[in-house]
Amino acid sequence: MCATGQSRQSSIRTLARCHHFLCSSGLVVSGDSAAPGLSTQDHGGDTLVTLSGDWTVHNDESRPAEPEAWLHRHDLRAILFDSRQLGRWDSSLLVYLAGLRRNAAPRSIRFDDSGIPVAARRLLALLPEHTAAAAPTPRPVFLERLGRAAISTATEWVAVTALLGGQVLEAGAAIFGRARMRRTDLFTCLYDAGIAALPMVALVNVLVGGILAFVGAIELRRFGADIYIANLVGIAQVREMAAVMTAIVMAGRTGGAYAAEIASMQGSNELDALSVLGVPIQDYLILPRVLALTLMTPLLYLYGSCVGILGGFAIAVGMLDISPALFIAQTRDAVTLSQIAFGLTKSLAFGALIAIAGCRIGLKAGRSATDVGHAATSAVVVGIVGVIMVDAVFAVCANALDI
Amino acid sequence: METSHPAATLEVRGLAFGYGGEPVQHDVSFDVKPGSIFAIMGASGCGKSTLLRALTGLLRPSAGTVRFGAQDYWSMEDKERETFGRRVGVLFQGGALWSSMTAAENVALPLQMFTRKNKSSIDALVQLKLSLVGLASGWSSMPADLSGGMRQRVGLARALALDPEILFLDEPSAGLDPVAAKRFDDLILELRDGFGVTVVMVSHELASLFGICDDGVFLDAQTHTAIAHGAPKTLRDQSDNPAVHAFMTREQPNGGATQAGADRP
Repeated sequence: MCATGQSRQSSIRTLARCHHFLCSSGLVVSGDSAAPGLSTQDHGGDTLVTLSGDWTVHNDESRPAEPEAWLHRHDLRAILFDSRQLGRWDSSLLVYLAGLRRNAAPRSIRFDDSGIPVAARRLLALLPEHTAAAAPTPRPVFLERLGRAAISTATEWVAVTALLGGQVLEAGAAIFGRARMRRTDLFTCLYDAGIAALPMVALVNVLVGGILAFVGAIELRRFGADIYIANLVGIAQVREMAAVMTAIVMAGRTGGAYAAEIASMQGSNELDALSVLGVPIQDYLILPRVLALTLMTPLLYLYGSCVGILGGFAIAVGMLDISPALFIAQTRDAVTLSQIAFGLTKSLAFGALIAIAGCRIGLKAGRSATDVGHAATSAVVVGIVGVIMVDAVFAVCANALDI
Repeated sequence: METSHPAATLEVRGLAFGYGGEPVQHDVSFDVKPGSIFAIMGASGCGKSTLLRALTGLLRPSAGTVRFGAQDYWSMEDKERETFGRRVGVLFQGGALWSSMTAAENVALPLQMFTRKNKSSIDALVQLKLSLVGLASGWSSMPADLSGGMRQRVGLARALALDPEILFLDEPSAGLDPVAAKRFDDLILELRDGFGVTVVMVSHELASLFGICDDGVFLDAQTHTAIAHGAPKTLRDQSDNPAVHAFMTREQPNGGATQAGADRP
């Protein structure tokens, strides 16, 4: 078995050697094309390179082993060519010839291209004789990178603060009808950030309310305190979950869309067109979006709270046998106005944060399709992380103020 | 000795195409001779770029054939069509470079996908193509950092990556200054003469049309069909059709020359 295998391998190697020899000598055509071949002959100080076969990009037969050793001969004065046996050719041949010419030049070896096809000679003339090696880009040292990162972060904070300040001023102007934005834009943004978001906000909050009721029921039933499910769902939804979940939905849905929209406007020079006309981008483009999201997020929060409590109600009444009247009465007792006000305030902050982050990231995006994708991703990430961080700050403040 | 491109004529017969049932052109027929530079001409909105989409396999025509040699492109199996696509290079308007790749990577991608070359061979081919189109620097730049002219050149290098038999150019000199446009025209001529590639180009630029095109077809937006065939210079000097004459001479159909008509090439 082993002997047979060895013999077969040896035969294959022999066949491969024969095939390689025949290919390089131009006697075998592989498919539609013959293997590219070349041979050299010395005539005193000159070397004649004979090209044969098909030198094409699509020719899978590889060129014979590099014969460039002859290039290093001390007495080499000129390289000449014979292309009478050359078949089809394209860039593949040019790459080889350009490489030979590049190697010959520094050693003052004459590159006589009179023997190569006229068309190839013309194309070769388009190529530079020397290709300058690209200088390596120096990698900045750690301290330099740290400094650059610090400057970049500080600059970004200044820009965000300026944008925030500008928006507050413009929002003030808008109240007195002095903002330079189109009403249609504001209404479109209000619709997109409000009514269009209702189904998703409802779905997320009803599920969260239901999940809270389920999780609460398992623990509270052990103490015979099933009815406090209403307190748990009501307080959790109004104080925390509805505000955070709605904000996360809006960050993913609307914040990302703002960033992508403004970034693609950047790419198609629409922002430049506005600037050149003297239309303030802050008023025209950013303000309707920031106003819309800042106004709509609290409303969506109220809607989300109601729907979330409804989700908890459905689970409590339908599956845990709690009476509907008792659940409603218990919820009314548990949820106070101060908690609703707390949730509303948080939603207002979340809406402004998501809108400002989305717009700012869109404004500073690059001009390519990839930059649009990066901007959308960054806006969603910054929006969600920002919402959770701001929520933590609110929690600490609420604890300190005993709300 | 022969170049890599076996002679084949592009034959378009009775081609009709449009969008969503709305016909743009119908009964368009012409031949593109191997190694020629063929112009698709016509006023804005007449369907030149749409015709190019039908020729390059991006839009299925509602009728007619597009034959290259013996094969009708739209009758081929999907696999054959895919293979055939490698014999064709397309330069889109503005270069249409892939924005997440450097200039060199844009040119390298077709070679990586459709040849069995190793990395060093691909690098050498990429260098060659970029040098051929006259791009001495900016190989590792992202498309967003390149000028319009450089993007066009990289787009041309990418179209040439697989040494196509036929090269389709959509408004190759649009957005270039006259000197850069002339240089680009010369480059197309050099590449045609060097590689023997057949070139089909859509262009509005009269200087380019008269300077480098051997033959062409004129599409009319009113009648929705091809109303003239021939070299742009011949059409300019001999066509009796008022729409063709107006386009070629930059004269108003009522006879008044536009101001720009004075710089007729």
